[in-house]
Amino acid sequence: MQDYLVSIILTAGIYAIFALGLNLQWGYAGLLNFGHVAFMAIGAYATVLLSMNGVPLILAVLAGMIMAGACGAFLGVATLRLREDYLAIVTIGFSEIVRFILLNWSSLTRGSFGLYGYPRPMEELVAHGDYNLILAGIVIVVLLLVYALIEILAKSPWGRVLKSVRDDEAVSVSLGKNAFSYKVQSLALGSAIAALAGSLLAFYLQYINPNNFQPIETFYAWIMVILGGSGSNRGTIAGSLLLWGFFSTTRFLEGYISLSPSATGALRMVIIGLILIVLMMFRPQGLFGRKEELAVGK
Amino acid sequence: MANEILRIEGVRKVFGGLKAVNNCSLSVTEGTIVGLIGPNGAGKSTLFDLISGFARPDAGSIVFSGKEIVGLPAYRIARLGLIRTFQIPRALMRMTVLENMMLGSQNQLGEMIYAPIVRRSKVLADERAIEKKAEDFLKFFDLLRMKDEYAGSMSGGQKKMLEMARALMADPRLLLLDEPFAGVNPALSERLIEKIKLLRKNGLTIMIIEHAIPYVLALSDELYVLNKGAILASGQPDKVISDSRVFEAYLGVGSDAQP
Repeated sequence: MQDYLVSIILTAGIYAIFALGLNLQWGYAGLLNFGHVAFMAIGAYATVLLSMNGVPLILAVLAGMIMAGACGAFLGVATLRLREDYLAIVTIGFSEIVRFILLNWSSLTRGSFGLYGYPRPMEELVAHGDYNLILAGIVIVVLLLVYALIEILAKSPWGRVLKSVRDDEAVSVSLGKNAFSYKVQSLALGSAIAALAGSLLAFYLQYINPNNFQPIETFYAWIMVILGGSGSNRGTIAGSLLLWGFFSTTRFLEGYISLSPSATGALRMVIIGLILIVLMMFRPQGLFGRKEELAVGK
Repeated sequence: MANEILRIEGVRKVFGGLKAVNNCSLSVTEGTIVGLIGPNGAGKSTLFDLISGFARPDAGSIVFSGKEIVGLPAYRIARLGLIRTFQIPRALMRMTVLENMMLGSQNQLGEMIYAPIVRRSKVLADERAIEKKAEDFLKFFDLLRMKDEYAGSMSGGQKKMLEMARALMADPRLLLLDEPFAGVNPALSERLIEKIKLLRKNGLTIMIIEHAIPYVLALSDELYVLNKGAILASGQPDKVISDSRVFEAYLGVGSDAQP
């Protein structure tokens, strides 16, 4: 039972960090990033590959964040001058490009065989069996730090400009704000946060391969953000807990349903889809969103 | 002669085959209110777009306080102290009235991504000062009681007022008002006229597009009439308005149609 709880905390915590990066981009800046998983993959692979080559772990994690942030900024610069949907198209393409590069650059990534046996933080301190407990602690601390960072930024003048860009870019420009730069900044920061989640995921899984980073992971993050309420960081964390809580509790029910594993997996997603539809009908602002924000007319 | 704050020379903007603004020249003296009138489609709002950098002229020069601003991005022009409002009020709907206001303030340290973390106390102190200033302006426009409401819940007239108040937060040197009285009820409009006059008294230069001629006459020190993208008449408001060409432009009566 304890292992089970720890595994929920780990998964939900890591994905909450991942989704907080997306919430910064979508909830505050209104950017449609459909390729968020790419930055998680960059973080995971950069951290693992660098640390396997002797780079200290903390530096390897930072390097992954910087690489992902730079990629996010680059995609933003390339597409954000166009209509907003171009970002969605380009990011989803980018996430598949990243995955296929990881799959095919075998000399570096060992392709679909994946990577394992890489260093993990504080590993030498505990017996192997207890390691997940330590890692859960690390994940919670990182989650709280990321949450605090985004909350402070969102409530600051910087976040105010971001929200003005989301609501009406022309207004922010007319008041002297460089809207384009703020969109690039939020993309870069959100991507760096996704990379941090990627590093933690690699530590947890002990084995990464490119198929950990399918587009569906991006949409898990979207479900968490929408479930919790766009623009609410607390909601995003709650969304992650709910989604992973749902995934793991329904696993217990598998014994009672005479369906193949792939069919139960599909059934789970059907139920999630239904929950989202019902939520949009009766509580479109999400669990923690502000109803007044939606009620205001255009 | 007093200082010239804005000089526009030979400005032209073509959309497809339509000459929206055609060889337009005008000059604005510091500390005055300049009215800009003309029939629908005359190119008034396009001219505002060109001055504020939201559109780029095909030809001509725009000099704001001695600096050529054609080609500068709109946000840089705003930072020089040239702030515009929009014809259709553009409140930031999902932000509160107070947040809308505080956004207008210029040179905020806290808008740099590192500052809210690294220089937290300075940013918080700045915020208190900006909030105080925002409340003063809200009071000036009788909007203070709405400060914590979402701007999206305001009426059209209130949004117009908010937009003007927000523009003032930027401490503009030249304020471009695009139909500030549209959607504002008559009683409020009378008060708004007094407020705009007060702003001029405090040294603000204002260019104003307005269809309601009485309001324009009450406010303007100088009046320009735009028709089909070109300046048709200019000068003292009461003289300009009695010019027969202006009358014709508005009513579409050609001189040959008269008996």
